Amino acid sequence: MRITLHDIHKHYGKVRANDGISIEINSGTIHGILGENGAGKSTLMKVLAGYVTLTSGRILIDGEPAVFAGPFDAARLGIGMLYQDPLDFPPFSILENFMMEAGHGLTSKKDEHRQKLLRISDHFGFSLNPDSIVQNLTVGERQQLELVRLLARGVDVLILDEPTTGISAHQKQTLFEALRKLREQEKTILLVSHKLEDVEALCDKVTVLRKGKVAGEADKPFAAPRLLEWMFGGMPPSPPCTQITDASSRIVLKMEGISAPGGRAGVSLTDFKIGRGEIAALTGLEGSGQELFLRVAAGIKKPLQGRIWINEKEMTGQDHHSFKSEGVTFLPAARLEEGLMPGLTIAEHFAINFGKGMKLSFKQAEGLAVDGISRFKIVGEPHTKAESLSGGNQQRLLLALLPSNPRLLLLEHPTRGLDVDSVRWVWEKLLGFAERGAGILFSTVELDEVFRAADRVLVFFNGALMKDARCCDTAPNEVVQAIAGKI
Amino acid sequence: MVGFRNKIRGMGQSAGEFLIIGGLVFFVTIVILVMAGAPPLAALYHILKGSLGSWTKIAQALTAWIPLTLCAAGLLYSFRVGLWNIGVEGQVVAGAIAATAVMKLGVTFEIPSMIILFSFVAAFFAGSLWAGLAGLLKTRGGVNEIFGGLGLNFVAHGLTLWLIFGPWKRAGVASMSGTEPFPELLWLSGFLSNRLSPSGIVLATAALLVAGWVLARTRFGLSLKAVGSNPRAAYLHGLKPDRCFIYAMAMAGGTAGLAGAFQVAGVYHRLIPIISSNYGYLALLVVMLSGYRVGVVPAIAFFFACLNVGSIQLPMMLQLDSSLSGIIQGTMVLVTLLAHGWKSKRYKV
Repeated sequence: MRITLHDIHKHYGKVRANDGISIEINSGTIHGILGENGAGKSTLMKVLAGYVTLTSGRILIDGEPAVFAGPFDAARLGIGMLYQDPLDFPPFSILENFMMEAGHGLTSKKDEHRQKLLRISDHFGFSLNPDSIVQNLTVGERQQLELVRLLARGVDVLILDEPTTGISAHQKQTLFEALRKLREQEKTILLVSHKLEDVEALCDKVTVLRKGKVAGEADKPFAAPRLLEWMFGGMPPSPPCTQITDASSRIVLKMEGISAPGGRAGVSLTDFKIGRGEIAALTGLEGSGQELFLRVAAGIKKPLQGRIWINEKEMTGQDHHSFKSEGVTFLPAARLEEGLMPGLTIAEHFAINFGKGMKLSFKQAEGLAVDGISRFKIVGEPHTKAESLSGGNQQRLLLALLPSNPRLLLLEHPTRGLDVDSVRWVWEKLLGFAERGAGILFSTVELDEVFRAADRVLVFFNGALMKDARCCDTAPNEVVQAIAGKI
Repeated sequence: MVGFRNKIRGMGQSAGEFLIIGGLVFFVTIVILVMAGAPPLAALYHILKGSLGSWTKIAQALTAWIPLTLCAAGLLYSFRVGLWNIGVEGQVVAGAIAATAVMKLGVTFEIPSMIILFSFVAAFFAGSLWAGLAGLLKTRGGVNEIFGGLGLNFVAHGLTLWLIFGPWKRAGVASMSGTEPFPELLWLSGFLSNRLSPSGIVLATAALLVAGWVLARTRFGLSLKAVGSNPRAAYLHGLKPDRCFIYAMAMAGGTAGLAGAFQVAGVYHRLIPIISSNYGYLALLVVMLSGYRVGVVPAIAFFFACLNVGSIQLPMMLQLDSSLSGIIQGTMVLVTLLAHGWKSKRYKV
């Protein structure tokens, strides 16, 4: 089946998750959709699987317009989706899960289904024991079950969402073999991923999404730097070298031999230091260790090994509150989910952060709020609740709640989802903090932001610090190479 | 100015809402009564007469109102921090046991009022301890507070039975009627042939005022609200969610424990097997119906107290099953929650 997406728009309020995406997907190919978190991949997938209704645009299947009222319509047309978290019933056996959809008639025809399951499974070289209980399986095996189930249903279009996350190298190889076999059978395969290596190994064609739009399209063989450039935005010029103060004498954060589990690859690094007034950008493919690194530096995630110093004081094993009292502040990317307290007003947020004494003083809280609102240009009033603020104003509020002289600022994607004006404004404030001596570490997926805002760039790959360099000594394409794991 | 106008509009909205919910509840109640084969108007009349028909009846209703309000005041803390304190029943029982223990020990002491006072203090601590256990199970053991609380309820009831039939049994006969009554000196004094205790009313009112003040006017109250809203964010803003959970539970349990002490000192004058009279569970409904607003709690608690006391008349006067009042109360809560659910669903879309 040939699928044509024409000018697909999906807007959530002001947010344009898909902003005019047009893609042509041919049968008998493996088509990669590449992009960072928030690029619009999942929305596009949900559009194809019939889970969301379009704001505007058309989907053509073999040239015929198709309208999906729900997932059922997509399934009826032979579109199947393999989710990152398998849609199975963990307490049941593989066979029972397999039979779940085929449950017509009075008798269960168990033997017939067993034969069918084994036939498909053998064909692709999977090793599925029909009587194993699903909750005892690995993610890879559950994925195989899911695939077999979709194929038994007779799907012609297979959408895979980050299929190589959490599976072993061997399982990955088996999966890729299976997908190649399906390609020979003229199926249409869509591989959604943010992993370059998967796309390079498997796809015939790739479409790169960025900020809800198609950033570029390429056929095999791919030039990795090109793809990364599309993912992370164009190449900005390197900034001129300025004389930054000798940081070595005034270290705010020092780490030694840190290793922490979590995410895709965990994180481990030998030695790290950042000085007062220094601004360092953390970048890399999502899940390469930069997120974990920030949380370790904030004392939120306890490392398995290694030692940490803040302002030359050893903080190993302490909790986030001890880090906080040393002047460390962490701003999470999920502003409303982790950063702010919905249901509480701006004034109440100020009261929690700055108020003193047992009794609450509304006058004091309101005064602080009014002051913060005017200094940080928040569109809101002291009694406005956090959840009623726009994304940009939520970020402004979070910045307004920072202590006036933080020593170390750790920020996750500080400008994600903000309009141009707010971005400029946020950086103005952050530079102000740096000038007053704060060390700043922030994660980003915008190359442009790395080179515009930071003095230093830290590139993570597969849980390790791949590159640590001053921005002015580094060319953007070197950063891109490091993101892809090549030096 | 805008804020003021919004406030007025908000008040109008909630008044309208109240009328709609009230009408719906009334309608459903009538339907249930008709289905049970009762003449609805006569049944409502008897409930009204049975709870407000005479000074004695009013005194009875107020006597039910006191423990109900105490439990509800306690639950305001736990709801504020986002916990479902189902264990409030067990906390009432723990308070009642502690109060009984103090009374038994203090029988020979010369100043009875001191003993009564001390029994309430002990009940507060026993209740907070019992609730603190549920809190610890949650924060340290990863046991959901609903299951932990429910389990502790069973333990508390078991403990009561064991005490009544074991160490504290009456001389000669151990029976379901409870322990040996205390000497009258240790009864909470009251008027209307000792049915209505003014100190109980003062206590319940004070507990409510304290809860209202603590939750609205103190840093502790704001912390509970923050943790209830988003524990992860609250932690990043320097609060300690686990500690807030336990403190809120302790306050809730302590206040519920006072209800237990009141049941012992003011109503039964001994420990009986169902000393809580299920007021804890009922209080959960009261607080939910109030929309967690302190000001509304006493009225709703009084309404439920009247229903509770008044419906005793139904089996006597109309030969209806006594479980009918429970059904009516339950239905009311369901209807109200349904109305709230519909409202929030409509706003979300």
